[in-house]
Amino acid sequence: MNERVEKLRRESVEIRPYISTERAELMTDFYQSDIPQRESVAVCRALSFKHLMENKTICINDGELIVGERGTAPKATPTYPELCCHTMEDLHILNSRERPPFVVSDEVRKIYSERIIPFWAGKTMREKLFASMDEKWHQAFNAGVFTEFMEQRAPGHAILDDKIYRKGMLDFKRDIAENRKKLDYFNDPRAYEKDQEYRAMDICADAVIIFAQRHAEKAAQLAQQETDPARRGELERIAEVCSYVPANAPRNFQEALQSYWFVHLSVITELNTWDSFNPGRLDQHLLPFYEKGLQEGNLTDEQARELLQCFWIKFNNQPAPPKVGVTEEQSGTYTDFALINIGGITPADGNDAVNDVSYMMLDVVEEMRLTQPSSCIQISMRNPDRFLKRACEVIRTGFGQPSVFNTDVIIKEMLQDGKNITDARTGGPSGCVTVSSFGKESCTLTGYINWPKIFELACNDGVDPNSGEQIGPKTGDAREFTSYRQLMDAYSQQLRYFIDLKIKGNNIIERLYANYMPAPFMSVVMDDCIARGLDYHNGGARYNPTYIQGVGIGTLTDSLAAVKYHVFDEQNISMDELLKAMQADFEGYEHLRQKLLYHTPKYGNDDDYADEITEEVFNVYYDLLNGRPNTKGGKYRVNLLPTTVHIYFGSVVGALPNGRKSGEPVSEGISPTQGADTKGPTAVVKSAARIDHARTGGTLLNMKFNPQVLAGEGIDKLLHLIRSYFKLDGHHIQFNVIDAEMLRKAQQNPEQHRDLIVRVAGYSDYFVDVGRDLQNEIIARTEQQAL
Amino acid sequence: MELDTKGLVFDIKRYAIHDGPGIRTTVFFKGCPLKCLWCHNPESWKAHVEPGFRSGRCVGCGQCAEVCPHEAVSLVESRPVTDTEKCVLCGRCVDVCLAGARQIIGRETTVSEVMAEVERDVIFYDQSGGGVTFSGGEPLMQPEFLLALLNQCRARNIHTAVDTSCYAEPEIVESIAERTDLFLCDLKHMDNEMHERFTGAGNNLILENIRRIAQAGKKIIIRIPIIPGFNDDPENIEAAGKFAASEASVSRIDILPFNRGGAEKSARLTDEIKSMRVETPDKEQMNSIAQSLSKYVFEVNIGG
Repeated sequence: MNERVEKLRRESVEIRPYISTERAELMTDFYQSDIPQRESVAVCRALSFKHLMENKTICINDGELIVGERGTAPKATPTYPELCCHTMEDLHILNSRERPPFVVSDEVRKIYSERIIPFWAGKTMREKLFASMDEKWHQAFNAGVFTEFMEQRAPGHAILDDKIYRKGMLDFKRDIAENRKKLDYFNDPRAYEKDQEYRAMDICADAVIIFAQRHAEKAAQLAQQETDPARRGELERIAEVCSYVPANAPRNFQEALQSYWFVHLSVITELNTWDSFNPGRLDQHLLPFYEKGLQEGNLTDEQARELLQCFWIKFNNQPAPPKVGVTEEQSGTYTDFALINIGGITPADGNDAVNDVSYMMLDVVEEMRLTQPSSCIQISMRNPDRFLKRACEVIRTGFGQPSVFNTDVIIKEMLQDGKNITDARTGGPSGCVTVSSFGKESCTLTGYINWPKIFELACNDGVDPNSGEQIGPKTGDAREFTSYRQLMDAYSQQLRYFIDLKIKGNNIIERLYANYMPAPFMSVVMDDCIARGLDYHNGGARYNPTYIQGVGIGTLTDSLAAVKYHVFDEQNISMDELLKAMQADFEGYEHLRQKLLYHTPKYGNDDDYADEITEEVFNVYYDLLNGRPNTKGGKYRVNLLPTTVHIYFGSVVGALPNGRKSGEPVSEGISPTQGADTKGPTAVVKSAARIDHARTGGTLLNMKFNPQVLAGEGIDKLLHLIRSYFKLDGHHIQFNVIDAEMLRKAQQNPEQHRDLIVRVAGYSDYFVDVGRDLQNEIIARTEQQAL
Repeated sequence: MELDTKGLVFDIKRYAIHDGPGIRTTVFFKGCPLKCLWCHNPESWKAHVEPGFRSGRCVGCGQCAEVCPHEAVSLVESRPVTDTEKCVLCGRCVDVCLAGARQIIGRETTVSEVMAEVERDVIFYDQSGGGVTFSGGEPLMQPEFLLALLNQCRARNIHTAVDTSCYAEPEIVESIAERTDLFLCDLKHMDNEMHERFTGAGNNLILENIRRIAQAGKKIIIRIPIIPGFNDDPENIEAAGKFAASEASVSRIDILPFNRGGAEKSARLTDEIKSMRVETPDKEQMNSIAQSLSKYVFEVNIGG
């Protein structure tokens, strides 16, 4: 990277994230005015967004080519008090906690205590949401049976398609106006509601144009003051770019990137969407601009690369919004999951889409080594091995990027969800691993469900051993079960109860967002909100699935396998003894624990005994959840991923029959229980493939390799391992390439290892930034030793 | 029945990526006619099942001594010592050893059992051009078992490699060669006397067998473990290169840097095994050896 990029990168990495109150203050100003009393909710949301875009600080950093920050400066992190208003105690925790801290200045505290908290307390979405949940829901939530994504953040997981490269905001305004004109008040009972939504969308499109225009003015002003003629030229160019996009469709490579960036900032300023936002297949979107630039002689390869690098840094400047409580436990990271897709196929005809920009992006990923944005490659049977091999080379450098996705199974997943073939091919992952059709789907992840906890409840007749409370249904005394089937039935009944509870909650929360917190700007850029006149939160998108993420398939499989094998098949342990040992956290039962740990079939070893149980627990979950209707015209679907919730979920679960002690993490994603896989990577892959990935919306498989395993020809073998997993319909695989020794050193001397990046779960993070428990867990994950 | 043919195996390793092309499963035969001082698989030497012990794991609980029905285990300064005369390999001590220090090395198995394990990774062989590698120990010491496995692999279209010292009867080598796709032949030293001193046997038969395999038109990869002070002198390296190129029609040589794994592993065996106290050759030395050899053959790999 050149001097400019190196400087920008260094600044981005070095600045510690801090809380900025600007957004909270502007929102407070707006909602304290009399406008909310005059206007509909949708229009109010739009006007408040416009208020932000008209008044927020415009920041153009020295030397940068792509401009715009969400906050007042890089790493200045805004808050969203209309969703979750942090208390003074929250601010204290944010400032002092070990895990992703945010600097909170005295000034911020003062503004919060004097203005923000007094106005928002009692009015937030978080409070509305909790007040709308019944006692049983709260019991389960507090016990750690499931989490709720929307308690601090708005629904998100949205990905953009190619539309902003074809159309500008002015074009969207025309579309909005045309549709608005067509409203039929005589026959459409929702006409007024739609009219308000159209007004809101139109206001938002204006707001974004104004925001860009303000950058153009600022750049022109800076250009006038600039003494260095080269920089002056750049600033003049920036001014020109910002006055043209995103009002109009971009004409060149720089405008394309800048246009996306304004849209990105707008989405994440409107609301604090889960998994920020992401540009989808950026390599395909940029290719025409790249080729045109080279042809016309106004873009060099080097310039394109530099612009991409500058673009990458913009993502790194935006930490995930500050999270507290369970939300922080389940996703304790600055990373906001913008996942740039590289490779795959062309949506229209399904051809190999790998192009020159794809390779350039892999170079950028390798060179930038940033946690944000995250990157992945999509691999289809149609893509050449050389592309996958180049990605493996980047993987080998050991910071967990890119992750690798199977395009062919993604298409199956999309078709299974009822999409047409073109929309299926337009799909890919965002966030960690969950897929949606880019630019036309509201794919809402609503929370994790703790399978091992539910198993624990099945062992205890629905009583939570932590509290002694009856939080699940009575499913019988496990000591009286005479067959494995009875235990499995008890588990299924518990699971059904909690899925019902979660769905009931979700269906209320969806309505809360539809009624109180529409997202009119997001609706401008997501099909078919304009055509339908409906908000993104209200069924406006073409596809509207809702996901509940199953967690702990390894731990659950191994626990069920242990009971089946020892209690019912071999009959060498009685259920009574097992339950007593669990209750005692294996104190005084060490011999029994060793038997459970080392003489029991385990998931991840290509062992049919265990893997048949894996299939069964997946099918039980799928059958109870998949296809049930949500409130947006979509259906519930399943996916299997953990982010960092496996640590939190583990902390609320007592000892289990797989030999796991109380409080230890449960298994993550679809990876085997930490340390349980002893037959090597092919066995892990075979076990993981027993899950029917095509019926999910995403699964996460984490593997860790020592660098030595990937040296020389090792990289080809890695490529073949990936290809084999994908032949078996595996959805996703990602790699940590580190040795445990190095990690231990980093744990002891964090100062010397600040640059060490590890793949956590669907994202990479600085090892020294993750909590100690998670650090320990990453160390404990099986090293895939080959020879 | 061929599938019922019995053999002695001490490990089956999947995702073996250094034992021939592609992703492979390596089947380790137990029993070896040579006793190379640097051997990193000393548990493969004896052609019978034997007790093993990982001393580093032992917590000195004494359970093994207590449970042994044949009084084969006694405690010396709270460390177990096994009397191999008395031990009948019942495995009771392994079952009670929570620390995983007690082991039984080797198991009698059948062709059908081995093939079941080999079959599990067919999809990986297909994708990567891999297959199965028979290693050891010395696979040629169990010719009937090996032959049956090779026949099974051929019938199932699975690529086979035999990793051998080539220290075996010529008739055996010939019959195995007929059914093997690739040979990985060790070439430890070109000098007969040095070979005998360090491995317990001379190299005449070995060189003869390599020529024989070459004449049968089989593909060979020569593997030279680089043991500093034993075979890393230019004279030996040149001689090896010459032999590989002119007499064995080999196009590829892998040179493997000595690693200290053998010394660590030998501590697990109840018998004291003398291990050489030599250092691992450095990268520079390996590169220079590779360069010398590349005069003779098309491809030289470090690490194999």
